[in-house]
Amino acid sequence: MIGRPWWTPWLWLAPALILLGVFLVYPTVDTFRRSLLDQRSRDFVGLDNYRFIIENPQPLVSDTHSALLNNVMWLTLFTVLTVGFGLVFAVLAARVRYEAVAKAAIFVPVAISFVAASVIWRFMYEFNSEIGTVNAGVTSLGGDPTAWLQNTGGLQTWLTDTGPDKWPGPLQINNMALILVGVWIWAGFAVVVLSAGLKGISTEILEAARVDGANEWQIFWRIIVPVLSPTIVVVSTTLVIQALKKFDLVWVMTGGRFETDVVATLFFKEAFIVRDFGVGAALAVVLLLWVVPIMVISIRRFQFQEETR
Amino acid sequence: MARRNPSTATEAALGGLLPAIRLGEALKWLAARVPIHLAVIGLAALWSVPTIALLVSSFRDPRDIATSGWWNAIKSPLDVTLDNYEKVLETEGMARAFFNSLIITVPATVLVILVAALAAYAFAWMQFPGRNVLFLIVVGLLVVPLQMTLIPVLRLYTDLTIDAEVPVIGGRVFGTGSYAGMWLAHTAYGLPFAVYLLRNFFGSLPRDLFESAYLDGASDLRVFFRIVLPLSMPAIAALAIFQFLWVWNDLLIALILLPDPNLAPMTLKITNLVTSFGSQYQLLTAAAFISMALPLFIFFALQRYFIQGILAGAVKG
Amino acid sequence: MARVTFEHVTKRFDSVVAVQDFDLKIADKEFLVLVGPSGCGKSTTLRLLAGLEEISEGKIYIGDRLVNRVPARDRDIAMVFQSYALYPHMSVFDNMAFALTLHKVPKDDIRRRVSAAAQILDIETLLKRKPRQLSGGQRQRVALGRAIVRDPAVFLFDEPLSNLDAKLRVQTRAELSKLHQRLDSTFIYVTHDQVEAMTMATRIAVMKDGLLQQVGTPQDLYERPANMFVAGFIGSPAMNFFPVTVSGAPEDVHLDAENIKVQVPAAAAPALAPYLGNEIVFGIRPENIHDREFQPSDIRGAALEAQVDVTELMGNEVFLHLLADGEQFLARVDPRTKARPGNTIQVVFDMDRMHAFDPATEDAIALAPA
Repeated sequence: MIGRPWWTPWLWLAPALILLGVFLVYPTVDTFRRSLLDQRSRDFVGLDNYRFIIENPQPLVSDTHSALLNNVMWLTLFTVLTVGFGLVFAVLAARVRYEAVAKAAIFVPVAISFVAASVIWRFMYEFNSEIGTVNAGVTSLGGDPTAWLQNTGGLQTWLTDTGPDKWPGPLQINNMALILVGVWIWAGFAVVVLSAGLKGISTEILEAARVDGANEWQIFWRIIVPVLSPTIVVVSTTLVIQALKKFDLVWVMTGGRFETDVVATLFFKEAFIVRDFGVGAALAVVLLLWVVPIMVISIRRFQFQEETR
Repeated sequence: MARRNPSTATEAALGGLLPAIRLGEALKWLAARVPIHLAVIGLAALWSVPTIALLVSSFRDPRDIATSGWWNAIKSPLDVTLDNYEKVLETEGMARAFFNSLIITVPATVLVILVAALAAYAFAWMQFPGRNVLFLIVVGLLVVPLQMTLIPVLRLYTDLTIDAEVPVIGGRVFGTGSYAGMWLAHTAYGLPFAVYLLRNFFGSLPRDLFESAYLDGASDLRVFFRIVLPLSMPAIAALAIFQFLWVWNDLLIALILLPDPNLAPMTLKITNLVTSFGSQYQLLTAAAFISMALPLFIFFALQRYFIQGILAGAVKG
Repeated sequence: MARVTFEHVTKRFDSVVAVQDFDLKIADKEFLVLVGPSGCGKSTTLRLLAGLEEISEGKIYIGDRLVNRVPARDRDIAMVFQSYALYPHMSVFDNMAFALTLHKVPKDDIRRRVSAAAQILDIETLLKRKPRQLSGGQRQRVALGRAIVRDPAVFLFDEPLSNLDAKLRVQTRAELSKLHQRLDSTFIYVTHDQVEAMTMATRIAVMKDGLLQQVGTPQDLYERPANMFVAGFIGSPAMNFFPVTVSGAPEDVHLDAENIKVQVPAAAAPALAPYLGNEIVFGIRPENIHDREFQPSDIRGAALEAQVDVTELMGNEVFLHLLADGEQFLARVDPRTKARPGNTIQVVFDMDRMHAFDPATEDAIALAPA
């Protein structure tokens, strides 16, 4: 615009740029730097910290191996279950008149904090089957109660009383229990987004399919899922990112004990309890490295959707 | 004409069958519908169980909780007690924690909107060199996980701590254990998403609206406050809700930057309660419910904006 | 109230030249219409004047003041946008008062001026409403009201009628003309519709591909178009063009095509003499082609036989789509004509109203002393 001094835009941008520089740009660079230094951030140690993460168990902190793999378990199981449930529920709810109420019921957990959710589910998972809802349900169906959050056995062990007592980290029941809480919380998000996407499918396509003789199952797999796939990808990437960054839930429910640690809880322990800034920084970098590609995909998808509108 | 006189035999036969056919069809239709209703209602009910359990338990006597499941409360519905809430609010400091959460969240929400709106306006409607690249960088910062920033920010705050106490709200003036520190940090972390959202919305406003205003004599500031902001209320509302909830429910940043227990927001307080009162569910459930009350209220009252915020936030993750 | 001067104004967007070497002097109180097809640069020129775009080269003066570097808000200009640009969240009154409040005009003055403008435009009852509660025509008046209230030196209009339905357009055209007289101000108006130009303008400036083609009164442009483009653009239905060869002798010039042979009137012959033996483009407007049977008595014409392709009954006249020599052309004839599709008919060209154009440059060949 004519008459606007050259420095005006920069003035408007200044507060945002300064805050971003101080809190995001500078720290990111600094954390990279620290990941190559020792625990007090004084001496250069090269890639030692990274090697440590990959190889080492340590007294105060749980097995790092399982932390990384736990995250992998999260991002597969959690994502698949949440998206799956979200999709099915969105499709079913679209057929009833009280759709809005039903969706609201599923959506409520999204509003509460992870901390509050953790409290709810600690209560639900309580070992004492007089109190703990899940165990009460299990015993009433004739099974044995278990300490969900501490049980390091596998699904098979619990169901059939055979098999090894201790399963590899990611496949442990307590991990599953935590993941289930995650699904409980995030399903509502998936339902809302997928439901919005579902509404975008023109009814004519569905009617044409029905006239062509497709049954509901076929319609679901051959029309709804493919047409909805961009939305499914957006939801999935969001959930994967959540899974990778998961902290609050695990921290409050188990503190990462009983081999439920994830990279984010490990980071907190290393950086702020053990106070090894080098390893802590290295863990943060690991988090960054595996979140970035997913977010790039996610943003690009979103940009693409915006542009084609 | 011919239609009116089908053979009477056929008509009689069909006439007799008609009710039966109708019933059969009705049953079939119902049979197809019932499973859906069952599934939807069932799942919705299942999903609500934990929250209901929480709510019910928070009103029960500690002895009841320790001995019987919450579902038994239906048997004696009048056996409610407010003791848990009283204890948690006063003795355990949840009331203070509630206000702390408010003190942290409200300014953080207002600040982020203001700062982001200014920047978004510049990105959307002003020309300057490097505009597109800079915008990409700002939005690109969305990918940086909090953990990448916390160690240096903590050290920064520790170095910059000003030990004087702030009147009324408490805490230090700046640094670790200060509200100002929390506001700035939360604002900064919320910026990439906020700028992205607002810039897209501002950009969608019709250009001739701006031109008309410029011609009328409005300066950039005037256009910003009197035209852009009023017209952007939907986007700002969605953003406000999203940011509000994000900050209200935050644990990690509070854990690291706010070590003073007096200043702890509810998330932190509950975490501590879990550690110290792990099995006293009557207290924990009451505390949890208090922390949920406000977000739930916002959710039910402003559902539309809430969902818009979530939908837009699909990218933020 | 001011005059506007464009001096060698050029506007480039990257490598595209939108406006090229535009020179124009607009007098005070003129109603100047900038007309041309989409993309001809007329809107860009208007925006350069408004200060919404920066000039690449050249100078623009409002009155005696050079305004190249002057910000839009200080140019004392009001603009009516194509989509009206009403502030959706403000009432009609606030929309009209906005500029005045920005300039800190006292409240009483604002009220007075807004009421006066509202009265002129007959929108007094709408002052409390919001734009979304108004019809298209009403919104357009509010946009006009906004401009009037500012009492500017120059009024700019960017295709303000294109969003109105046909009937409303006709009505509003008349009202705009009346408004111009009443306000006694300079109006600069952009449109792609030549009818608007012809009916409202005191002068018309025709643009094509960024270049000014011709400036003149509507009558000038109609009777003496400077080139084929202006000839075909002004007047509806458009002028008919025939490629013909100039033949005969300097005193007796005709125009020949395969089966057409028309005689050029004596007054025009000298101008065409230099083209003897060469091709030119012969132009004649549909309204100057008559059904021989109902030929007006004062027409001296060259008769021609043509095949009738389509007839369009307009009520007061008939449009005949004709074919002669493989050339299609249009005639507007007396409604009593007996022409029917498939028949042949004798038509007469009113050669006193002929136009001729150089086929290479497309410029008009001046046929009579100006």
